[in-house]
Amino acid sequence: MSATSKPVSQPPAGLRLGPWLKKNLFSTWYNSLLTVVSSILIFVVLKALLSWVLFTADWSPVVQSLKLFAVGLFPLEEIWRVGTVLAMVSFLMGLSWGAWGGTVRTFAIALAAGFALIAVLPFDLYPPNDDSLDLLLRAGFLALPVLIAAGRLLGQSLRVKGSIIVLLWLLSFVLTIFLLSGFKGSTWLPKVASNLWGGLLLTFLLAAVGIVASFPIGVMLALGRQSSLPVVKLFCILFIEMVRGVPLVTILFMASIILPLFLPEEVRIDRVLRAMVGMTLFAAAYMAENVRGGLQAIPTGQYEAAKAVGLTGFQTTTFIVLPQALRIVIPAIVGQFIALFMDTTLAIIVGLMELLAVGRAVLQSNQEWLLRDKEVYLFIAILFWIFTYAMSYASRRLEIALGLGER
Amino acid sequence: MSEENSVPEDDHIIICRNVEKWFDDFHVLRGISISIKRGEKVVICGPSGSGKSTFIRTINRLEEHQKGEIIVDGIELSNDVRNISAIRSEIGMVFQSFNLFPHLTVMQNITLAPMRVRKLPKDEAEEAAHKLLERVGIPEQADKYPGQLSGGQQQRVAIARALAMEPKIMLFDEPTSALDPEMIKEVLDVMRELAQSGITMIVVTHEMGFAREVADRIVFFDEGQIVEQAPPQEFFANPREERTRLFLSQILTH
Repeated sequence: MSATSKPVSQPPAGLRLGPWLKKNLFSTWYNSLLTVVSSILIFVVLKALLSWVLFTADWSPVVQSLKLFAVGLFPLEEIWRVGTVLAMVSFLMGLSWGAWGGTVRTFAIALAAGFALIAVLPFDLYPPNDDSLDLLLRAGFLALPVLIAAGRLLGQSLRVKGSIIVLLWLLSFVLTIFLLSGFKGSTWLPKVASNLWGGLLLTFLLAAVGIVASFPIGVMLALGRQSSLPVVKLFCILFIEMVRGVPLVTILFMASIILPLFLPEEVRIDRVLRAMVGMTLFAAAYMAENVRGGLQAIPTGQYEAAKAVGLTGFQTTTFIVLPQALRIVIPAIVGQFIALFMDTTLAIIVGLMELLAVGRAVLQSNQEWLLRDKEVYLFIAILFWIFTYAMSYASRRLEIALGLGER
Repeated sequence: MSEENSVPEDDHIIICRNVEKWFDDFHVLRGISISIKRGEKVVICGPSGSGKSTFIRTINRLEEHQKGEIIVDGIELSNDVRNISAIRSEIGMVFQSFNLFPHLTVMQNITLAPMRVRKLPKDEAEEAAHKLLERVGIPEQADKYPGQLSGGQQQRVAIARALAMEPKIMLFDEPTSALDPEMIKEVLDVMRELAQSGITMIVVTHEMGFAREVADRIVFFDEGQIVEQAPPQEFFANPREERTRLFLSQILTH
């Protein structure tokens, strides 16, 4: 059959508006009633919400504290480092888009659009009315979409290998940490104490470190729990069950307050680092249990077939068991990543200035803003929603992409 | 019970002496002694639960035996890890439920072990895999995933995967039992062709037509013991034991 010839039976053409309304909204008297009542309800709620957002609400605490929300107290003269990190991420995003396409494209475009939007915001990006700084910032944000496009072109023309891109991402991660913290005594890259890190920047860092570090640790723990070596197995079970038996708040407290009491005076572990370690260990224990669920779903026939063709235990785990087990638990793992991202707000109780803490600080910084908590918290909620939704969208796409060859 | 241990040992690729095995309290194998010559085709049959699958799984040590000895190509099976991997690389196995790796393509299923265990370069492994796929009659399916193939095709891929390690011995554990009737023939055809290549084959199956045609010897298992073994004509024409007769009447007239 040629591609143009029509198939014999066609699916029914899309209904027109009238019949569609009748079928979906007014099919019976109680459905009609439901439709009318909910329409009224939606109208009332939306009207109230919109009129509040547009007319009643005073967004000045948000608008005038954008820098605080973005990077906390990170010194203004060193802010170019954050810019460099953004540039690096943008370029890598573009590179991944060029090499992989697909869902990365959606994310790269969304990111570019977001940066462009920030560049044209109709109010000062940095309040103290420094026009040249404002222009510089806008120019920077406008340059980021260009970097994404450049990365894409490069990725397409060079046909960069996937493994190299993954490596570059990991490398950029390490670079980010060094770039942001700087070095003691260095003149061009002086140390920025981590208690100055804050806002979205700190939230991202806590979540990213937690996610990137807890994943391999969690997989190791899950494998260790299934190990035939009793000592390894016992250690893994003990670790997992102890961490899972304690709330995250407690672990953060222990990491930031109790741990230094036991360490000698000279050993001073950075406060942010302590929180990161606490969150990573916490997430790793839960990760281990998720992965274990996947491991247990692998039929024994897979192990036997791997043995029968002569694979070693390590090869069986790497090539046969883990790829299948991890695919099964992607939804659970991403769910956990999202939870971890939101759990970063708990860092507020050990005195870190993450997003929520910045919100509170902003509210208390100005007497006139004390009653503007609705606006500030709504803003923070929307920020969180954007990023968690992006994560869950990515997980759905990943599942579809990996769904091929499912038994 | 018939035991023929008088043949010189170097002719024999598999020698089992008084192999016994328990699953907890259940005595699955009760003193199995059998020697299999290089290139011999042995079909093992018997009622379910008679220990025939367990027995062939002890040969590549998917199951451990607790008493007696098993010598494969001059190497005795013990807990020594080097022995086990040396033996497994000489024995290919085909399972009742295929056990293909669902996350890998047909090509990757076949080349994985040659590349990782034998350290063959990728292009050599793929070339060999293409030849094997041709041999089992599905060269066009190389890039598909197992889930996209029919049962018969999957089992043929499994045979190709086992052959890719160039084994001296092939074990078949009820290779057609999970297949729809119309797919049994395509798998048996591949096995017939394989039998002519001179490889040593041990096949657990209920396909008596295949056994009659291909086997050099048929071994009848019941309750963890070898009840009777004979060349096919003799086995089918005048079985000596009552249990064999009963089994044959059940399986041939169903």
